[in-house]
Amino acid sequence: MNFNKDSLKINADQVVEQLCKEVRRQIGRVLKRSGAVVGISGGIDSSVCVALAAKALGPKRVLGVMMPESDSSPESERLARILSEKFGFETIKEDISAGLAGLDCYEKRDEAIRSVFPNYTNKWKNKITIPTNILEKDTFNFFNLTVENLAGEILTERMPVKAYLQVVAASNLKQRLRMTTLYYQAEKYNYAVVGTGNKDEHMQGFFVKYGDGGADLKPIAHLYKIQVYQLAEALGVPEEIIKRTPTTDTYSFEVTQEEFFFGLDFYTMDMLWHALENEVPAAEAAEVLGLTVDQVEHGYSNIKRKIVATEYLRMAPLEIETTK
Amino acid sequence: MPTVDTDTTRKEIREFIVEAFLFGDESEPFEDGDSFMQQGVIDSTGVLELVLFLEENYSIKVDDEEMTPNNLDSLNNLVAFIQKKKQKKQ
Repeated sequence: MNFNKDSLKINADQVVEQLCKEVRRQIGRVLKRSGAVVGISGGIDSSVCVALAAKALGPKRVLGVMMPESDSSPESERLARILSEKFGFETIKEDISAGLAGLDCYEKRDEAIRSVFPNYTNKWKNKITIPTNILEKDTFNFFNLTVENLAGEILTERMPVKAYLQVVAASNLKQRLRMTTLYYQAEKYNYAVVGTGNKDEHMQGFFVKYGDGGADLKPIAHLYKIQVYQLAEALGVPEEIIKRTPTTDTYSFEVTQEEFFFGLDFYTMDMLWHALENEVPAAEAAEVLGLTVDQVEHGYSNIKRKIVATEYLRMAPLEIETTK
Repeated sequence: MPTVDTDTTRKEIREFIVEAFLFGDESEPFEDGDSFMQQGVIDSTGVLELVLFLEENYSIKVDDEEMTPNNLDSLNNLVAFIQKKKQKKQ
């Protein structure tokens, strides 16, 4: 292939038209539902999905659901409202904090954090990050826990496996409760739930199985993040949302998706991944992207490893195969 | 000066991996040089469990910059890594 800086440029208007047609077909003919429910966070992916749904089905057949909890940024709600005004769909707000507290989500998470930082209280901020120097070295992903105490002091430790798994399991309750909330609304109106993950999230496993991964259709799961930005422009998603740095909106200490999961800026990652998928030699990709061959090789390895390591998340429940 | 018995170390780590990740099932064996990730034996969480096993059983501390496939992603790499760490300690 001719790999160049614009290899991931799409004809966004044309793609929007194709996606609208497909969303109409999937929701109407295949799923036999009469509208769409989309969880909206004020982030770029959910904004694009809800705008697409509104364009495809008409805004009256789309419901945007805001699902804040104690650690959510108040910005999320404000941006979600701007979005609903712009595209004309109805929104409702379901605060899931009490539900999460009922499941001991916060307490279970804090208990795990205290196994690393014994003085931690829920007044401190916390976040999980991975190394972001993945092009410099072929490294496994490991997870650092960073907390900020009341004096503003920031402490970081690599997480022992048990603490890591418990923090993630507790935090994943948030996405799973959101999925449950969306299905309540979807069933109430006979609508379909639209999953908002893009290709980066879907294939590298940056989603919660049966949480935000639980949906009836995933209209942007085949698109790279940098292509989702192009769709956002074409759909007229407000600039304020497009310019916002993508965060997880899951931890009290704001954490970008780059430091939490991907370890690379989106342009570099998507271009490297595109090159990898098209078997572009490392030397050629390095020249186009202004990287060294070693950096490209490390990027290739990291992406390949993430795809393999997260296959479990994309698997449907396994059944025993029988021969007829 | 104590040295690392590489055969014993190799056997111990293999036993741990077979027990922890394969439920004791050795019907699909892996070679000493095989990548755990490529063979589907261990995923990224498995790497963390492996590191915990190394730290607890060989009295070493695996530093952040040592969390690499070169050190951890095959039985041969692991044995060489432990040997290197033990030598550094002496």
